[in-house]
Amino acid sequence: MYLTRREILAAFLGTPFALAACSDNTSREFPDGEIVGTNVNLGHILRENRNFEVPAGNWQTVKVAIIGAGIAGLSAGWKFAREGFNDFVLLELEKEIGGTSQSSVGNPVGYPWGAHYLPVPFPENAELVSLLDEMSLTEGRRASGEILIREEFLCRDPEERVFYKGRWYDGLYLHVGESDEDKRQIDQFQKGIDRWVSWRGNDGKRAFAVPVANCSTDAQATALDKISFAEWLRQLDFTSERLLWYCDYACRDDYGLKLDQTSAWAGLFYFCSRVRKSGDESQAFITFPEGNGRFVNHFLEKVREKVRRDHAVVSIIPNEKGVDVVCLNENELRGFHCEKVIFASPIFTAPYVIRGFNENPAFAAGEFQHNAWFVANLFLKDRPKPRFAKDFPLSWDNVLYESPSLGYVNATHQKGIDYGATVWTYYYPMCAEEKGRTKLFNYEWRELADVCLTDLARAHPDIYELTTRIDIMRWGHAMISPRPDFIWSGVREKAMRPYRNIHFAHTDLSGIPLFEEAFYHGLRAAGEIMR
Amino acid sequence: MKRTPLLFLNVIIIATCGLIYELLAGTLSSYVLGDSVTQFSLIIGIYLFAMGVGSWASRYIDRNIAEKFVDIELAVAVIGGFSAPLLFLTFANLSYFGIVLYSMVFIIGTLVGLEIPLLMRILKDELDFKDLVSKVLALDYIGALAASLLFPIFLVPKLGLNRTSLLFGMLNAAVGIWGTWLLEPLIKRNINILRVKGFVILALLFIAFIKADSLTTLAEDNLFTDNIIYAKSSPYQRIVVTKGKTGHALFLNGNLQFNSFDEYRYHEALVHPAFAAFGENPKRILVLGGGDGLALREILKYKSVENVTLVDLDPGMTELSKALPALAELNRNAYDDPRVSVTNADAFFWLDNNTLEPFDIAIVDFPDPNNFALGKLYTTRFYKLLKSKLKPDSAIVIQCTSPLIARKSYWSIIKTLEAVGFIVKPYQTTVPSFGVWGYALAKLQPFETPSKPPANIDLKFLNDNSFASMFDFPSDTTLPLEEIEINRLDNQALVRYYEMEWRRFE
Repeated sequence: MYLTRREILAAFLGTPFALAACSDNTSREFPDGEIVGTNVNLGHILRENRNFEVPAGNWQTVKVAIIGAGIAGLSAGWKFAREGFNDFVLLELEKEIGGTSQSSVGNPVGYPWGAHYLPVPFPENAELVSLLDEMSLTEGRRASGEILIREEFLCRDPEERVFYKGRWYDGLYLHVGESDEDKRQIDQFQKGIDRWVSWRGNDGKRAFAVPVANCSTDAQATALDKISFAEWLRQLDFTSERLLWYCDYACRDDYGLKLDQTSAWAGLFYFCSRVRKSGDESQAFITFPEGNGRFVNHFLEKVREKVRRDHAVVSIIPNEKGVDVVCLNENELRGFHCEKVIFASPIFTAPYVIRGFNENPAFAAGEFQHNAWFVANLFLKDRPKPRFAKDFPLSWDNVLYESPSLGYVNATHQKGIDYGATVWTYYYPMCAEEKGRTKLFNYEWRELADVCLTDLARAHPDIYELTTRIDIMRWGHAMISPRPDFIWSGVREKAMRPYRNIHFAHTDLSGIPLFEEAFYHGLRAAGEIMR
Repeated sequence: MKRTPLLFLNVIIIATCGLIYELLAGTLSSYVLGDSVTQFSLIIGIYLFAMGVGSWASRYIDRNIAEKFVDIELAVAVIGGFSAPLLFLTFANLSYFGIVLYSMVFIIGTLVGLEIPLLMRILKDELDFKDLVSKVLALDYIGALAASLLFPIFLVPKLGLNRTSLLFGMLNAAVGIWGTWLLEPLIKRNINILRVKGFVILALLFIAFIKADSLTTLAEDNLFTDNIIYAKSSPYQRIVVTKGKTGHALFLNGNLQFNSFDEYRYHEALVHPAFAAFGENPKRILVLGGGDGLALREILKYKSVENVTLVDLDPGMTELSKALPALAELNRNAYDDPRVSVTNADAFFWLDNNTLEPFDIAIVDFPDPNNFALGKLYTTRFYKLLKSKLKPDSAIVIQCTSPLIARKSYWSIIKTLEAVGFIVKPYQTTVPSFGVWGYALAKLQPFETPSKPPANIDLKFLNDNSFASMFDFPSDTTLPLEEIEINRLDNQALVRYYEMEWRRFE
């Protein structure tokens, strides 16, 4: 498939913009860079349907194998290590661990490849709080029990800004040029959120809480999952363009889905779950230059000897004694005789690797749909000059109102480095595209880098001169998609039950892609096994 | 001499010049007023309309057409040629900029609108109408194309706006002067006066073209009341030093940092209370900010001081303070003192990433917190980092903006210091160039408010009688009754207070 630059830009950034961008001179200097990450094509190996005969000398015995060193798998390992249980291995397909929380080391700061913050948890999320204590991120408790996070780890102000019609403004919701009707609607929307924050179900639980396992199962709340967030807003007569944009941005940012693709329950979850009580602000963000890579590295310190990188699990065979796990490592097959397995990989992959799953499925793994993203890290030798004196200054999160991308996060922000070289992480969810995943993998580095620079150039015309390098990671299966009628359809409950000594643990099982959910399921699975 | 082809060459030059002035005005106005779409649209609209006015007005010129044509050329040369420099001068005073800009565009447009109809009438006797219209208009448009290509590719990058404007003024003048020869038979009188006028204008434009470099400074001169003796943009800020009747002054991004007339008041009040509070024999001193070296001058008055570490963001500033005679004289060559070592770094990052022996005294002299990058240097996080570089008996002082103009900002800094465990003694004094100015003297253990400056130090401002009064606050500068927020990295409350309070005076 060959596409012209104009067609590619039109596909990613919209036709009118592509037409304008293509009239630019394209001969300007283009930075270096490459596609990084994911090089193992597991799907390909599995489709070859090889006979995975492990040489006799390559078998080991271990009590538990954790499959997948993303946050869920690492959390399970962390829990084991904490409880003094050491007979386990942690198998990771890639050379880098951390899944979508992975990061890179850089100068002057590291930078993320995906997840990059954690809202301050409520004190009742005791295990997560104990992790934060262990990492010395906390400095005590308020009299009310709320945990106090050390200042240098709380997202530094200014947190967000938005670029609209040539200028930067404070905040994410666009206030400038708001009509009275817009004001009334955002106010009304806020009241709706507040109502759900203080709502309690017939089981006494909040409608939206982290982890999702603590959410009320009262039908009044879960019925929201039947419709899209767009439909919910429509039913309540919300029409304000900037309010709809704000909600759409929230869905794209947290779920990689558009407003009409997101379940209303999930949409409200974003707005309600991090608000303590009605009228409060949302919980502050804990963040690091390298994003959630900080957590990955902390977990890694605790389980370093257990981690086996570049171990592609190709076959999981449940039997009478337990489970056999077969991996491909540097073209050699290795096997583990285990008693238990924690399957901490995307749930949709289960039928491909678990022997006998397809013949007798415990749940519909295909319901766990993922979406595609690409993430670019831009290495800047200096910051762009503000175009207008009144432009709101460079913030942590910098969002372009008129773009299908999510904008960029400035890695040096949290370290207080306000001058000179920096790294920007640019996020692009493929939610507007049909067959986004196929498209994503059809494009070369140069084309994706062009999309990224062309998009950013509308706010920063000097971006071409300032960017020395762009590295891009393509996430074919970035995160679970909470589309309507998934979270409360019942499939998650089924998948949470062990399947013949295989315990599933992944944020997929919450239906919401969050660090806290992955952490919860990792600990839950580890706890079930140790019990 | 065959006149017609040469007159056609004039058409091209005139057309090119005309469009260049229009592009210049558009570019300058979008530089100064922003919003290039609106600016270009307005400029083009007014310009074309004015050309229409000029064309229409040409009917009222009945006699001496050739002479009038030369006069118009010279008028365009003057107004068009000096348009960019004049606009540069005007933008120091934004309220007039729009009026000057649009009037100028209208006048140039009208004059340019007169040119072609007049030229066509001059040529009408030599060609038939069909030929005339087709040639003149075609060449007119070719000139426009030439201008629009030259302007972005060559003129702006190579010559800059001022020189471009002056160069095309000279071309217009040349067309005028040359016209006096080309059209000699048609010009009935005053031909020598026209030529003299032409050459004078050409000479003026030429001088301005040679001197164009100083024009930008001239424009900046109007922003400041005194003469500029130094102006440079570093990667961090615009540094301007001026010299006036009262002495030298330093501006960073247009904000006054000191005036030599009364800076000793500010710097004596900044440095000596901390030394008085510390007591005997301070040895290791830290200065954060203060790149002008004036706090250093005060610190180096103490014989016991063994080393002074100065951390300032901008090497442009510290080097200037050492090298510019006016500044070096003022800071008494403080940078040449072997006890002083300079580090150019953002103090926030520097404190966070260096393990150092603790200091006896820290002098914190940052610019006012008027943006987030500066605001972080006044947060609890910053003061905690600073605290880790102190001994239990160390003394620190912080410049904290004006408690009169920015009362909440001032007390927010005091509260912030207290929040990280400092015992703070707020004080203020009067610096005429600034007004009422506030500081915070602080230690990590309870201490007596010092009552007089240290003995045997040569001082111009502080004395035993007035020293203690700095610690008394008149009622309009005391802690306000309402809740004052502590400035943290994650709320940057101070920047918001400061913006709100100082905006009233803009």
